[in-house]
Amino acid sequence: MGIGRKVVLYSYWLSSCSWRIRFALSHKGIPYEYKAVDLVKGEQFSPEFEKLNPLHCVPVLVDDNVVVSDSYAIFLHLEQKYTRKPLLPVDPQIRALNLQIASVINSSIQPHHMIGALKDMEKMFGAETKQWAQYKIDKGFLALEKLTKNVAGTYATGERIYMADVFLAPQIMQAVNRFDIDMSKYPTLRKLSETYKGLAEFHASSPQSQPDACTTVD
Amino acid sequence: MASEQNKKLKLYSYWRSSCSFRVRIALNLKGLKYDYKPVNLLKGEQSHPEFLKLNPVGFVPVLVDGDFVLADSLPIIMYLDDKYPQHPLLPSDIHKRAINFQASHIVSSAIQPLQNLSVLNYIGEKVGPDEKLAWVQSVLRKGFTALEKLLKDHTGRYATGDEIFLADVFLAPQLHAAFTRFSIPMNEFPILSRLYETYNATPAFQEALPQNQPDAVQ
Repeated sequence: MGIGRKVVLYSYWLSSCSWRIRFALSHKGIPYEYKAVDLVKGEQFSPEFEKLNPLHCVPVLVDDNVVVSDSYAIFLHLEQKYTRKPLLPVDPQIRALNLQIASVINSSIQPHHMIGALKDMEKMFGAETKQWAQYKIDKGFLALEKLTKNVAGTYATGERIYMADVFLAPQIMQAVNRFDIDMSKYPTLRKLSETYKGLAEFHASSPQSQPDACTTVD
Repeated sequence: MASEQNKKLKLYSYWRSSCSFRVRIALNLKGLKYDYKPVNLLKGEQSHPEFLKLNPVGFVPVLVDGDFVLADSLPIIMYLDDKYPQHPLLPSDIHKRAINFQASHIVSSAIQPLQNLSVLNYIGEKVGPDEKLAWVQSVLRKGFTALEKLLKDHTGRYATGDEIFLADVFLAPQLHAAFTRFSIPMNEFPILSRLYETYNATPAFQEALPQNQPDAVQ
């Protein structure tokens, strides 16, 4: 049963991408060692971390001798290796929808508001980066609202937690807490967010529950 | 004759969209014939009501397979790989699979979204047209540097060995854009430029090139 085999997750408490994987690991009941990477102190640029991920991003998963970075790639790796409590449905259309929802978040929303990208844009746009981030989040949330409004049940694509929920939960919290997004425009997403807050895996994986959580935020 | 072979796939695509290019490659590798449905992004056809019915997110590519409508290049490619197993796009080795997922996500979340049409238009408007190229080149260089490091212990004839897999499907369109449109010097990235030359000599990739599409503008 894999005794002695350890999963290690490099994570930052506030990173929504890390949160996705913490959520998935918690949902599947996979124990792991948490290794904090302090993005504010720049620990992602250390030579040791660069060996793990040359893009200097968290999360990174080390599983036996397999090193995987990028939360979408890590998610697919976990889903294929640990088949307990599957996070992708068998039905091909709902499966594809989950992959699409996660992709909208992973490619069309989050990259535009991650710390590194915003810092690069600040050099060009100055004070407008928050507006740029809000614009991209709103555009993405409008798309997500359309994708989920006719299929959502208790969860994003029906009555079970799947990949879409794993990606949505941290994204919505990030949007509200850091970027003041008005969720009244997205009733389906808002309702889902309330549901997620009642889940044990949501609490176990949320930033405040992590070993590197700070009581004061920068 | 209502046989399986006569039910043709439809692909909604734009000639220059690198996301559409990925799916065209995958279809060609699997020997799948399809009807090409052009969507002119410059004319805003992705926002027309008929197209939004297919994909409310308003992006190409969209694949229609009988009653199934799928959007977003990764879900489409994974669906094709499940349904049409000839020329599998994921290796059976779990470690190699993880490398393929990572490489494809470096392209689809760390590079492509930060240099696509909507970002370039925004930068052109808010900062100035001359800044667009500088921005794109910095995004490409960061991503390509990471890809060189990720792939260096894994490449063979193709990105992750001697067979074409998911990583190649995602890399080829990004390399094409970088080297032909955004003036990235090939000699800065020896592995990627060698792969680019290999792709250019492979029929499935050649047939998928933007300039070979029905809606190409010369």
